[in-house]
Amino acid sequence: MEPDADTSTPGRITRDDVAYVARLARLNLTDFELDGFTGQLADVLDHAADIEALDLDGVAPTSHPLPLSNVFRADVPTVGPAEEANHRLFCDEVIAAAPAAEESRFRVPPVLGEAP
Amino acid sequence: MSALSLAGSVRSGERSARSIVEEHLAAIADGEGQIHAFNLVTADAALERADRVDDVVAQGGDPGLLAGVPVALKDNMCTRGVPTTCGSRILDGWRPPYDATVVERLDAAGAVIIGKTNMDEFAMGSSTENSAFGPTFNPRDTTRVPGGSSGGSAAAVAAGFTPLSLGSDTGGSIRQPAALCGVVGVKPTYGAVSRYGLVAFASSLDQIGPFARNVADAALLLEAVAGHDPLDSTSIPVSAPDLLGVLDRGVEGLRVGVIEEISGSGPTGLEGFAPDVQARLAEAAEALAAAGAVVEKASVPSTVFGLSAYYVIAPAEASSNLARFDGVRFGLRVDAENTVDMNAATRTAGFGDEVKRRIMLGTYALSAGYYDAYYGKSQKVRTLIVEDFARAYQSFDLLLSPTAPTTAFPIGEKVDDPMLMYLNDVCTIPSNLAGHPAMSVPFGVGDDGLPVGVQVLAPANGEPSMFRAAAVLEAAAGGSAGVAL
Repeated sequence: MEPDADTSTPGRITRDDVAYVARLARLNLTDFELDGFTGQLADVLDHAADIEALDLDGVAPTSHPLPLSNVFRADVPTVGPAEEANHRLFCDEVIAAAPAAEESRFRVPPVLGEAP
Repeated sequence: MSALSLAGSVRSGERSARSIVEEHLAAIADGEGQIHAFNLVTADAALERADRVDDVVAQGGDPGLLAGVPVALKDNMCTRGVPTTCGSRILDGWRPPYDATVVERLDAAGAVIIGKTNMDEFAMGSSTENSAFGPTFNPRDTTRVPGGSSGGSAAAVAAGFTPLSLGSDTGGSIRQPAALCGVVGVKPTYGAVSRYGLVAFASSLDQIGPFARNVADAALLLEAVAGHDPLDSTSIPVSAPDLLGVLDRGVEGLRVGVIEEISGSGPTGLEGFAPDVQARLAEAAEALAAAGAVVEKASVPSTVFGLSAYYVIAPAEASSNLARFDGVRFGLRVDAENTVDMNAATRTAGFGDEVKRRIMLGTYALSAGYYDAYYGKSQKVRTLIVEDFARAYQSFDLLLSPTAPTTAFPIGEKVDDPMLMYLNDVCTIPSNLAGHPAMSVPFGVGDDGLPVGVQVLAPANGEPSMFRAAAVLEAAAGGSAGVAL
């Protein structure tokens, strides 16, 4: 999937594109699923082609309905000594909800190479 | 009985909250087998909660404006210690460690949460057939879909299981099921109701809102949950609007525009609108005119491109939001030799087909080489829609359209054709893209005897006039929506 600098109308999504995107999204697809999804994704993207006809030069993009600015709170600790016990309890609940944990940490299989 | 009168009877001591909750639990026990509105009915907690409301009344305290009124929650709103599934296997066994802000506000108002309702997985769908726990059936005709994605919340209200429920609306997921089930459904202004504790689908579009069997009850519930929340950085800094106080003001002098492009009546508009739906819309427009509104045709040309823009923008945001479901912190884990394989095995087993489709669509639309062609252009179309609405609202106070192009369709009819399913949302999507409020009001039935919904659209924070028009439509249609079962 090489970036194509001046492509405004990309070609139809291919089976290879879908396989690549599935890998990026951490989804394993069977051959049968790949065929089905390729056709369905192409249908949706074909429908999106109706906006190709619009003259969008000079139109600013909208990413959000509100003019967002960062929201700051007062620079005071919300977890002081008095709330420490509650905070600890909350962390314990979060850890308890995980599929695997060890010593208050999320436990996962090896990330790089052999397990220590 | 309406939520308003139920709350009134509890507040005055005429009825106990427990008796009201028992009555609704009995209705659920009776009908739920045919409808499957709920993923979980929290009967014991509801009765316990009702008793606490009754204690407050007995001690002479103020039990709140929703005292003793059952409310069902769409299963994507976090409830502390109570399973929250989003209709997905991937959250199997997860119990949130905190309550959503709407849950806290309901609690403060004396409401009784009665259960968690079924939904399309992660709110992706228009029929509630994409739930990992099986479909919900429309109480008006159980061979038909209830709409979606908040189909369980709509069906629970239509079936009389609860007078009130909350849903979430990203592209029509409150309004479309409200229309198909014949109840009132409201998508408030973006930011009017806190999203804290709502599991995110598409963050710039998602909004929580009420379902009810009449307009006044919807106003009551929206007033209870709306208002600024510091825990949601996109919450707008205004207090809840006064809606109940303005409901009887009528529409005299209000300018109402019927959007040609999304009602099948304009030369350049979309097609596929059923004639019976168009006929009900025309009657609704006449009813508003008869009540003193100035009703004319309106043109909002770019609304026809809303669907295309939405089905790039929403999947793009979803692909990012749903990256957190990786088998590490909550819910399902499918073990594997290393973490990347574990992530993939978990997501493959945990997500259904529609969620996978949208994640891949979003990942593709955001990937190098395609970003500008799809995501970039869609964001520009979003600007056109915002600008077109702004122009229309210079001439009109409110806009009108059908809520959905047809009445409820048969279960299974569109489930294998995603694009056909997406077309259900053509009328509702533009309001999400613009961040505006819109609501669906039942207005008669189609040729098949199934409910038709009319959509009232308003500019940001225009809920008061939107509700005034909805009240007039409700009166013209013959009062509040009846119970089907």
